This record gives sequence, C-alpha cells and structure tokens, in this order.
Amino acid sequence: MPTSREQILTAVRANQPPATPVPQVKGTWIEYDDIVGQFCGLLKSIGSAGYLVDSLDQINATLAELPAYQSATRICSLVPGVGDSSVHLDSLARAHELDQLDIAIVNAELAVAENGAVWISDAAIKYRALLFMAEHLIVVVPANGLVPHMHAAYDRLRLPEFADGRKAFGAFISGPSKTADIEQSLVIGAQGPRSSAVFLLR
Amino acid sequence: MSHATLATEFVADRKRAAWHDSALWFVRSKRDKCAQALPEWESLREIASQIKQHTSSRLAEYLEEFERNATANGIQVHWARDAAEHNAIVLRLLQERNVKLLAKSKSMLTEECHLNPYLEKHGIEVVDTDLGERIVQWRNEPPSHIVLPAIHIKKEEVGELFHEKLGTIAGEFQPEYLTEAARVHLRQKFLEADAGLTGVNFAIAETGGFVVCTNEGNADLGASLPSLHIASMGIEKLIPKLHHLGVFLRLLARSATGQPITTYSSHFHAPRLGGELHVVLVDNGRSKLLASEEFRRSLNCIRCGACLNTCPVYRRSGGHSYESPVAGPIGSVLGPARDAAKNASLPFACTLCGSCTDVCPVKIPLHHQLLAWRKELADEKLVPADKRFAMKMAGLLFRSPWLYATAGRVGRFALRFAPRWLVYNRLNGWGRQRELPPAPKKSFRQLFRERKK
Amino acid sequence: MLPDYHWECQFTPAIQLFLLRSVHPWRLMRVGLFIPCYIDQLYPDVGLATLEVLESHGLDVHYPPAQTCCGQPMANTGCNADAKPVAQHFLTTFEPYDYVVGPSGSCVAMVRHHYHGLIDEAAEHRLAAKTFELCEFLVDVLKVTPPRHAFPYRVGLHQSCHGLRELRLGPCTEAQVSRVNKVRVLLEGLQGIEFCNLQRPDECCGFGGTFAVAEEAVSCMMGDDRIADHQQAGAQVMTAGDMSCLMHLEGLIRRQRKPLAVMHVAQILAGRQPQQV
Repeated sequence: MPTSREQILTAVRANQPPATPVPQVKGTWIEYDDIVGQFCGLLKSIGSAGYLVDSLDQINATLAELPAYQSATRICSLVPGVGDSSVHLDSLARAHELDQLDIAIVNAELAVAENGAVWISDAAIKYRALLFMAEHLIVVVPANGLVPHMHAAYDRLRLPEFADGRKAFGAFISGPSKTADIEQSLVIGAQGPRSSAVFLLR
Repeated sequence: MSHATLATEFVADRKRAAWHDSALWFVRSKRDKCAQALPEWESLREIASQIKQHTSSRLAEYLEEFERNATANGIQVHWARDAAEHNAIVLRLLQERNVKLLAKSKSMLTEECHLNPYLEKHGIEVVDTDLGERIVQWRNEPPSHIVLPAIHIKKEEVGELFHEKLGTIAGEFQPEYLTEAARVHLRQKFLEADAGLTGVNFAIAETGGFVVCTNEGNADLGASLPSLHIASMGIEKLIPKLHHLGVFLRLLARSATGQPITTYSSHFHAPRLGGELHVVLVDNGRSKLLASEEFRRSLNCIRCGACLNTCPVYRRSGGHSYESPVAGPIGSVLGPARDAAKNASLPFACTLCGSCTDVCPVKIPLHHQLLAWRKELADEKLVPADKRFAMKMAGLLFRSPWLYATAGRVGRFALRFAPRWLVYNRLNGWGRQRELPPAPKKSFRQLFRERKK
Repeated sequence: MLPDYHWECQFTPAIQLFLLRSVHPWRLMRVGLFIPCYIDQLYPDVGLATLEVLESHGLDVHYPPAQTCCGQPMANTGCNADAKPVAQHFLTTFEPYDYVVGPSGSCVAMVRHHYHGLIDEAAEHRLAAKTFELCEFLVDVLKVTPPRHAFPYRVGLHQSCHGLRELRLGPCTEAQVSRVNKVRVLLEGLQGIEFCNLQRPDECCGFGGTFAVAEEAVSCMMGDDRIADHQQAGAQVMTAGDMSCLMHLEGLIRRQRKPLAVMHVAQILAGRQPQQV
C-alpha cells in the first residue's frame, strides 16, 4: 500500500499541466523621492511612529518623552545603550514570564518604506515571544537598511541563522497589532503590542 | 438549501443587509485606494498569476523540494490525502504530547476539514484566537468571510455575547472595550495552551519554510509560547522562491483589507529551541482539481477575500448563504469542485458582473469559471429541471425566426390585454417587486418592415 | 475552454478598419443591424434609434429579419446544447455582413467572447472580429464626432457590466487601467447635459438574466440600491448601453413610482427626449 505521500505525489504528477516558465520578478517598482518621509508617514498612518536619529542618546531622549516609556516598570532592551533594561531574558525560566512586559527594545536589519515594515529575526533573541508579548515595541534599524519596497527587501534579506547553523525565525512587522473584527472598527492593540516606534539610526 | 433561499432570508432584513453591504463596500473602497497608490499594481497581478501557474505546473517537484528543505531545517512534514487524515494526524500529534488546550489561529483549511468539532469530540479544548473567529466560535457558527469571520455580526451582539462569556458590562459594546476584554481572555489562553496551530499563507520550496500573515499577532503568540507548533497547509500554498514573497506580500493585504501589509508576516523555518514544528500537507481534492484545465487556476487563490468584498451578491446575501467553508465568488468555484450536487446553486448566485475577476490579485478568471461551472452542472443535470426545460424551449423557439416572431406577437398581445391579477400571479418572480415592461403593439421587426414601405 | 479574457487586444478596431477600408469603399460597407430579441419585442424604439444613429452616418444598414437571439440565456444557464443551434443561426444570419452592430454590450459580449465551442472556431474568430456594440462602433470604427443636440438633463450613467468588463467600454474602479469611456464620450458633447456623480459608478444593477428571477430578493435589492444612488446624485434621466439592466431598473422604478426617466443611450444619441422628467 503506497503511503499518503506517494499517493499525493503520484496524483499531482499525473495531473499537473505542462510546465510553464518561472516569470522574472522584474518591473518598474515605485520609488520615493523622500524615502524617510514616506516610511515615517506610513508608520504614522498605521498608528505607529518613525524617527530618523543620529545617536543612541537621541533615541533615549525621545523614549523619555513617550508616555508609555515613562510609566513603564518592566523593560527589556536588547539594544546596548538604549533604554534602562530591567528584565533580562537569560534570567527567565520561560517565555511565559514575559507577560505584562511593558517595553521591548530590539534591533531590526531592514525597514521598508512602502509599508512601514521592519525585518526582525530572533537569531539574537532568546524568546521570540518578546516581540509579541510586550505592550510596546521599540525597534532600532540602521538608516541604511531602509529600502523602498518589498522586492528590495528580499534582495537584501538573508534568512537568519543561529550560531549553530539552525534556521531562525524572522518577521516583517508593520506597526502595532490591530484588529477590525468588530464591525470593521479599527482597534489598535489587539493581542500583541499596543504601540510601536521605529528609530532609523544614521 | 439553495443560495437563493438563504439569501432571501438574509435580504428580508433589508436594513441589516444594507449595513452588511456597506461594511464590505468600505473594505473594497480601501482596497481600491491602496491598489491605486501602486503604479505597478496590474503588473504585480500578472507576475503573481504566472508564478502560481508555474508552481502548479511543477507542483510535485516543488512539494518534494519543500519537504527536503523543511526536513533539513528540523521541521517534521506530514502528508494527508483528505480531511479525515489531516484531522487524525493533528489529533495524534496532540494526544502523543498530552495536549489539553490548543490555541488555533486562522486557517480556512481547518474549516474545510472541520477540525474543531473533531478535536473537541476527542476531549481537546480548541480556542480560536483570532478575535473574529473567537466570536463565531462562541456563537457556534462558521466564519462568514475568509478574512473577516464576524463581518455579519453587529457590535451590540458581540457586546451581549461577551457579557455572557466574559462578564463584560451589559449594554457596553464599544469595539475598543470589547477588544480589550478579548485580549485579556485570549492572553490567558495563550499562556495556558499546550500547543499552537496555524494556517499557512505561503510555503517556500527553496527554503523549506512558510509564512503566516496576521494583524492581531495571534498566530505568533500561539506559535511562540507552547513548545508544539503545527501548521496545516493545502498543497497549493507553495511558491518556488523566497523572493517571490515580495510579489505576494505586496498584493495580499492590499487586496484583502486595503493595508499595505499585514502587521505580522512571520517566516517560520525551523522549530524554536526546545520546541517542535510540524507541517501537515493536505490534498483533499486539490490534486484532482489540478487535472481540470478549466478550473485549475482556482488553486492560485491566496485567500485575500477581495472577490467577496467586491461581489454585489455576497455583500447582500452574507457568507452563510453559501453554506460552504469559503463563500463568495471563489467559494462558488471551489464548492462545486468539492461536492457538485450540494453546491449546485452557488455558480448561479452571480450576475456575471465580472468584478471579481478584475480584483483577483492572482488573476483567477472567476466569473468565467462560474459560467463554466454552470455548463458542468447542466451537463450533470444538477440545474433545476424547470430551468433546463425553459432553456430547451427557448432553444427551440430561437432556432426558428417564424416561431420566435409569432411567440413574440402572442406574448405581447397577452401582456397587453391580460388582467393585472393574471399577469402578476404568484409564480411571476419578475413581477413581485417589478413591473413588466409595457408591451408595445408592434415589434421592431414589424416597424422596420413598415418603415421600408 | 473559454476564450482568453483579454483577447480583444489582438483585434484592435484600427487594424480591422484598415483592412476593411483597403477592400471596401467606405460607404459600401454592409452593416448588419443586430437587435437583441427582447429589444425587438419589448423596446422597438431602441431598435429604431440605433438604426437612425447608424444611418445618420451614411452607412448601408441592413436588418436581417431571420435573426432571433444570440443564445446568451441558454449559455448563461449552462445549457450549451440548447445554445448551439441558436448561435449557429446567428452566425448564418449575419454571415453576409462586413459588420454586426447591436445596442447591447451584453449580447455583443456573448457573440464576441462566448461562442467558443458553440460554432466552428474559424467562424467564431471571423464573427468576433466584426461584431460591435453600438457605442464602441461609433467611437472606434466610425470615429464619429459626438452629437451636439440639446439634452438639458442631469443624467446618471449606469455602466452595464458586460459592456464595461467584457468589452472594456470604459475604465472601472477596481482595475488600475486607464481606458476611454466610450459611452460617456458620445454623450459629453450634448448641449446642457450634466452627469451625476454616483457613489458607486460601476456597481452591478442585479439583472443577471435568469438571476433576476432565480435570485429575486438579491436582484431587487441591488436594483433598488442603484436607483437610490442615481436619485441621491440628482439624476433626472438614467441611461445605459444595455436595455436589459434598464428593463430591470425601470421595472422597480415604475412599481415604486419614482420620478426617474429611463432611456437607452441610443435613444439619447438619436435625439429623443425623456418622456417625463
């Protein structure tokens, strides 16, 4: 008796149409004259915020003015020199303890102007739940990691790996979590972070 | 029941049907704006369509490539021929690990397989963690829309439901308040869950990973807290290359809700440290559909829901009138492929306006497929006999100019002189809400002849 | 298999015109007037108006009286076996003409895009290439100067779906493709005409052939919604390129005694005025 795998593959092989070519992903894609303005404007439109900064001090100064940061007691920063970290992932027994975490501060590699997304991997994050459990998410991205669109993002993106060669997790995250499941009314802060901010660091 | 019967019930509450229509029209308008903002929109659709068609043409190879790479990444790959096998695999994985509570994010495939009732029958608590899905789960209803599962429910009704289930204040129905209550409830469930199950938006053959897109972050919470993550995917979800995601992620959320991208587009390529990741590849009729030259392009579907939002019939009849896991135009194509007799009325729940074909981000010729289904169904004698008889008579009539002209004369004469009660009888479906056109004394052909003299 | 959705690009009217002009002296082109069955029987004036418009451009217009129906009702119900002889009859009837022109986007779309498998393939292409909806024939083939007579009314233009999305007579809101609106450009030159801004400029009216009866509830709600849109926009006259949509909408309007006149675009182009406004 052939396995399900064999049966499915046999059926697919018998039924698939004659091969068509793989198309080139080529075209005249949108470009922005003011790419930083586009990125920050887009973030604003989805209830987030983007800042172009020159130093870590500037990030700290901006954070100090955010109400969410001012009232925060549990902060986990994975960006050296940014924020006053009071929660250390190594000291937690499991990811569940990140519940009620006020602020997570993480690095991202890329930012995408067309949709406000940042590419974050968990290669350097012990518990990736951090990205989704925190009430507020702060992201620091090198300013030269800002690309206009997703094609450029995938051109630059390398799938993250841990030191031992295992594949890591990566996500494009655009703004805070949200839902419109009740009568199409947009509610920001569904199940993940209630707010987010992105710093483009020059 | 036929779509028409259920749609009639839905439309009986005109005000509510109008509310449903405008809620979805709002989503379609957002989609239009988002698409208009990208000059390359139409070429993206074309590339996406070609990638999907190419993938279909080499699907077996890509499935093997995916399996090879996923396995190398530490993902365990399972194959299920049908819904029953899928459900059994999931149950076995859960039972072997003594799972009591499963946090599930949105997956139309598990709806198709009726996974929830199956697991519940075996004593496993399943919590749908998408807010809309949680709402319909509590109401014991299927989702009425593939992206907006609770679009048919009013906030007041959600307020009552949450009052009963979560103890929110009676009479309170602000979406912010209700969403917050759900957040607290679901967060607790995430913390207690022993396993997470997600769907798959795209699986990448080249890298052996997959992508899940959500706005709420529920899939990610479910996949990062418990140590077991199961992902269920139809075999048509594959794409060949990682960079192809650039095309699909640009199209998906714009088409679905008019957002430039979903909040989370999560790329899973391996189990997390100390955890397990299982992917269940499900056929359930897809390989059969692949054989059909006419309908195979319906496998291109990325479940964005744009065709539902633009469909004037869906908007005014509600998702439940389709009695199918997927409603709207794409559901009316996929439904008969699964069970032609049960879903025979769906391809007729359509005016052939063609808007679905124009919005589809992967260019499935939806209204042409609906028309093609009508032919299949008529050939199978699954179109009601009275309709087929009427068409047979019309076919005979229109073959003979004399017969046609005579019938026209008699018909017009009857319309002009028959008493109103006779013309507007109970069987006259046209005349219940509409006047018949005033029958002229002479047809065009008569006037033309006279004009020549 | 159905014909490719965008096949019309292969037969650009300009090329056809060039080819035809090289064989025929311009005024000797024989135009077969295609008056769909329900227009013939129920709206004879729409047929007359079409004839008058075509003749006003000096064309040699013939009405083959053997014509009946294009076969769309059967084909759209899936009854292709019943549609076949009707399509064959249509082909035979219109074989002698250089052009086939009719005042219905829907029936023309049937002939042009959906005769595959109903008639012989070579004949199918030949027929498709010479069959035109009235407005596109005027704009693309004859390249007429739009009429300038007086039509001092606020007009709501209902864009019939098959004309819009099968024949591509105009741009539609969901596609990011710019197209000339061939119905509107013909009306734009009329003295005193004012177009109403509809909230949903290209939503279906809900007619849909047998859908109008089989799905009566949804059909009538769709129709009511269209009428309400035209009324909120202040329309005095509702017009369209397809009388079938208008038959359905007018049926609702008359039952509800709404003050909205209904005219086929051919009637306006031929210089008719609304009967009551």
